[in-house]
Amino acid sequence: MDGSQVGPLNAAETEDYAQVVEEHFGGLIDADQRIEPRDAMPAAYRDTLVRQMAQHAHSEIIGMQPEGNWITRAPSLRRKAILMAKVQDEAGHGLYLYSAAETLGVDRSELLAKLHAGKQKYSSIFNYPTLTWADVGAIGWLVDGAAIMNQVPLCRCSYGPYARAMVRICKEESFHQRQGFEILWTLARGTEAQREMAQDAVDRWWWPSLMMFGPPDTGENVNGAATQSHTKQSMAWGIKRFANDDLRQKFVDMTVPQAEKLGLTLPDPDLRWSEERGHWDFGEIDWEEFWRVLGGDGPCNAQRLAHRRQAHEEGAWVREAAAAYAAKHAARGQGAA
Amino acid sequence: MSGTGEWPLFEVFVRGKRGLSHTHVGSLHAPDATMALRNARDLYTRRQEGVSIWVVPSGVITASSPEERDSFFDPAGDKVYRHPTFYEVPEDVEYL
Repeated sequence: MDGSQVGPLNAAETEDYAQVVEEHFGGLIDADQRIEPRDAMPAAYRDTLVRQMAQHAHSEIIGMQPEGNWITRAPSLRRKAILMAKVQDEAGHGLYLYSAAETLGVDRSELLAKLHAGKQKYSSIFNYPTLTWADVGAIGWLVDGAAIMNQVPLCRCSYGPYARAMVRICKEESFHQRQGFEILWTLARGTEAQREMAQDAVDRWWWPSLMMFGPPDTGENVNGAATQSHTKQSMAWGIKRFANDDLRQKFVDMTVPQAEKLGLTLPDPDLRWSEERGHWDFGEIDWEEFWRVLGGDGPCNAQRLAHRRQAHEEGAWVREAAAAYAAKHAARGQGAA
Repeated sequence: MSGTGEWPLFEVFVRGKRGLSHTHVGSLHAPDATMALRNARDLYTRRQEGVSIWVVPSGVITASSPEERDSFFDPAGDKVYRHPTFYEVPEDVEYL
């Protein structure tokens, strides 16, 4: 639009702008159409998306750490190459998501600064340590399995760039889950010590994986009401497609038969098939642990953030050198012209 | 380059295979176009998703404005006669 016009050119300039935005945006949402970057949208929709995409991107890059911890100690060259590819994928997923978030007018450096300052969160699953090689298997099978369950519906998210990034991510995640299952499958059929190692990893990762779906939508705890209204709003906006508890149930139903196949036990004495519901019943999740770890008091919170900051600071000279090189060549190019 | 020292943004377009056009796949930051191309290879073609990549500085793209979309695209709205289905022809005419 050129700046020379005098009179109003379109409705946005003559009517209450917020109302026009709401009507146009609401119309697209009602028709299950995608919202694209330069569309007018309510500020709260934009803020929710930026926060969610940033948190999602942060989770991908922080998630590189627990598994990266085992790259040098992978038991074979094959496993090492696979693990490197997987950790590289996590970096890639982080970049797809930062790129999608930037279409809403925020800057990646701004989001990273918030992560480093502890002002934006990442998934609290990555605050648990990877104590043995079997943890790499358990992360792939359970953590990536839960992530896929959460992420597949996001491929239909109302915000176009987020949905498109999720399509790529989900395609790549399925390799992650299968390689994790394969690690446990191998260990479970190995020596007694290897089987025990696999079982121990599953014992430690099962409950945190269930927490990945977030607090109950109909919670009785203090945060329940907030969660419920947040879920409701996100569903109305087409950002979220299913309630936390529904996805969690789907994950349990999917995982129980897989655990049986592996010959490993899921550490929940209350796990039993409910003929009546047609689903697996499972025990009470320790939400106090969830809030505690989310609040910063998990086994590895401080370590993860410190490592992330250190990597960023120690990489500064590379970024500066590349920028200086680019500036020098740009100047030379101008001189020649 | 912005004051924060952040590398500029490039939009990435990938040709999936010969015979297809380049398609927008996302964006990335890089210090210059050469590095943007390398980063795009590592970021968007880790599984052989492309045979050719374009990178374009995001700042040089001129885009139509969503606010103007109605008036901007209006001229084509009342020209259904541009479509072959607009024309009524006898059913028994072949190759038409």
